[in-house]
Amino acid sequence: MTASAVHLVARARVARQTRSLAVIVVLAALVFAVFCVSLSLGDFKIPVIDVVKTLFGGGDHATEFIVNQLRLPRALTGLLVGAALGLSGAIFQNIARNPLASPDIIGVTYGASAFAVLGIVTLGLTGVAVSALAIAGAVLTAFVMYVLAWRHGVSSYRLILIGIGIGAIATSITSYLLTKARVEIAQQALVWLTGSLNGRDWSNVRSLAITLVVLLPFMVLLVQQLRILQLGDDTAYGLGLRVEASRLGLIVIAVLLAAVATAAAGPIGFVAFVAPPIARRLTRSAGPAMIASGLLGALVVAVSDLIAQHAFGATQLPVGVVTGVVGAPYLMFLLARTNRVGSGG
Amino acid sequence: MPPPSATAEAGPDTAAPSRPRRARRTTLVLGLIGCVVLLVLVCLLSIAVGSKQIPLPAVIDALRHYNEADTDQVIVRSLRVPRTLIGLLVGAALGLSGALMQGVTRNPLADPGILGVNGGAALFVVGGIYWFGMSSLTSYVWLAFVGAAAASVVVYLLGSLGREGATPVKLALAGAALTAMLGSLTTALLIGDVDTFDQFRFWSVGSFAGRGPDIAKQVAPFILVGIVLAIFCGRLLNALSLGDDVAKSLGQRVGLARAFVAVVVVLLCGAATAAAGPIGFVGLTIPHVARLVTGPDYRWILPYSALLAPILLLGSDVIGRVVAQPGELQVGIVTAVFGAPFFIMLVRRRKLADL
Repeated sequence: MTASAVHLVARARVARQTRSLAVIVVLAALVFAVFCVSLSLGDFKIPVIDVVKTLFGGGDHATEFIVNQLRLPRALTGLLVGAALGLSGAIFQNIARNPLASPDIIGVTYGASAFAVLGIVTLGLTGVAVSALAIAGAVLTAFVMYVLAWRHGVSSYRLILIGIGIGAIATSITSYLLTKARVEIAQQALVWLTGSLNGRDWSNVRSLAITLVVLLPFMVLLVQQLRILQLGDDTAYGLGLRVEASRLGLIVIAVLLAAVATAAAGPIGFVAFVAPPIARRLTRSAGPAMIASGLLGALVVAVSDLIAQHAFGATQLPVGVVTGVVGAPYLMFLLARTNRVGSGG
Repeated sequence: MPPPSATAEAGPDTAAPSRPRRARRTTLVLGLIGCVVLLVLVCLLSIAVGSKQIPLPAVIDALRHYNEADTDQVIVRSLRVPRTLIGLLVGAALGLSGALMQGVTRNPLADPGILGVNGGAALFVVGGIYWFGMSSLTSYVWLAFVGAAAASVVVYLLGSLGREGATPVKLALAGAALTAMLGSLTTALLIGDVDTFDQFRFWSVGSFAGRGPDIAKQVAPFILVGIVLAIFCGRLLNALSLGDDVAKSLGQRVGLARAFVAVVVVLLCGAATAAAGPIGFVGLTIPHVARLVTGPDYRWILPYSALLAPILLLGSDVIGRVVAQPGELQVGIVTAVFGAPFFIMLVRRRKLADL
């Protein structure tokens, strides 16, 4: 390589990093803007300026109560759930090197749902207990899937298809449980099943925030290995990586992220699935683009919840309905497109 | 059923292999007869066993000399016989449509449930209850039928986009995607309306309970026509299974053949879903079991599937009635619990290239 070629490569890399940084800044600004708008809307409208003032500690008493006590928990839960789902999806998709591997396509969130509905319907649980069951369900499902997909290592298509199979069992258990319950309780379970941010309080925000903070160092550590894993198993072995160990570690983190998000807001579909590919396309990054994925996940949930709350007049939809209707066409587009390129997903 | 082949005995050089072939055919025919016997037994079991204990003599009397004054006999005649009949029809329809789907897409994972048919039927049923206040199972039949047909067409078109055409993985994923989107729309309707939800949740598990003679009468014509047409698809599927190029060079009009099979599939699984609600994994697993017995010849796979599937379905229904006394476990749950592990085994066993 000549000196000028080296120079060119270096310049391209700098350009890409600048672009990534710019995308992250713009996304963060967008998230903040949507966040403020969602805090300003409601039965009692508050000008966005006042919302911003209140957030930084300068609003009057009434505004402060409405923003900080009533609206902030829901909005924050949405952002954190979205970020967790975005990150989880990015890890899953990069491990499998397949844009279709996200926790809601493969059965992780279905398992969480079956357990949560079991709690709601047969044990009459609410709140934190349901969340705990959902986490247990997600982890258990992921474990079973991993074991079943293991055959001289885990291949991505086997993981996805086995996930679909397990998802089918979980779904049929869920719909059976729904027939067993009184209709009001079943309806309550259905709202949870769709993914809803309604009535979230500070305890949700706290548990989400704590989990994310605890997982963060592990994530930073393992994402470096994710970059090496992306080079292919053989290369990764050659570079001295313990491939299956780091893959397992990454899967554990991704499952925990999806589980915590599902526990907080129910299985909000398609966020984990759409955020990472869009993030990668925006940043033009070859790597996992973790930060951008997290921000995009937060943005998708925030915008969808805004639509779900305010776009249909008096009817409030669960946020999962909106993400489902918007996300599925994107999946189909991806299906058509990846196969035209010939990479088979 | 394959026509007796005259060509096998025509030339002197084909005389030698004709004896083992004939022996094999005899085995397969005997196997079919065995399936019929088993099916009759399961049917009798399904008529005899239920949540209300009815002594066997009364069951037999109900079938032979019906006495309307006897409540036990009325139960047998008006509840269990139609239920068994629907199980029989739905089973045959699901088994055949699974085999046809797998043959026409050359896709070992093809199944009405996985390919989004149920999602389409569900959305239409919910829409009918929600917007038009429909409440009878008989009206669901038509809604489900149209919804199932629409969804299967969409999934097939989506799965065939792109260069390689309808590959197994793409079809499964297109099915999953469409199911997810239809599911969101369905939920959007259900959340606003407790009554709609209350009716829908019982339809959505897949069950034969409460399906009276009127439903059997409505779906029977579709399924019977579908069965007859399906049995004749064997030769077509055999040609298609050689690959498009070979099939074309054998003088097969591939596109037309595919379209014909697709129509039969929609007829069968639309009617089956309409009659019993979404029942997963029967269409997926049964053709594989049949293939284990018969080998790759679709002229045998089809009749075997048509007999084995109702055996599984009626058997599951009886199990569902027995295990959850005094209530019952819907047949869709039982088949999912049996079927999904089989699906997983299949995924594990196949080489990735085949998927």
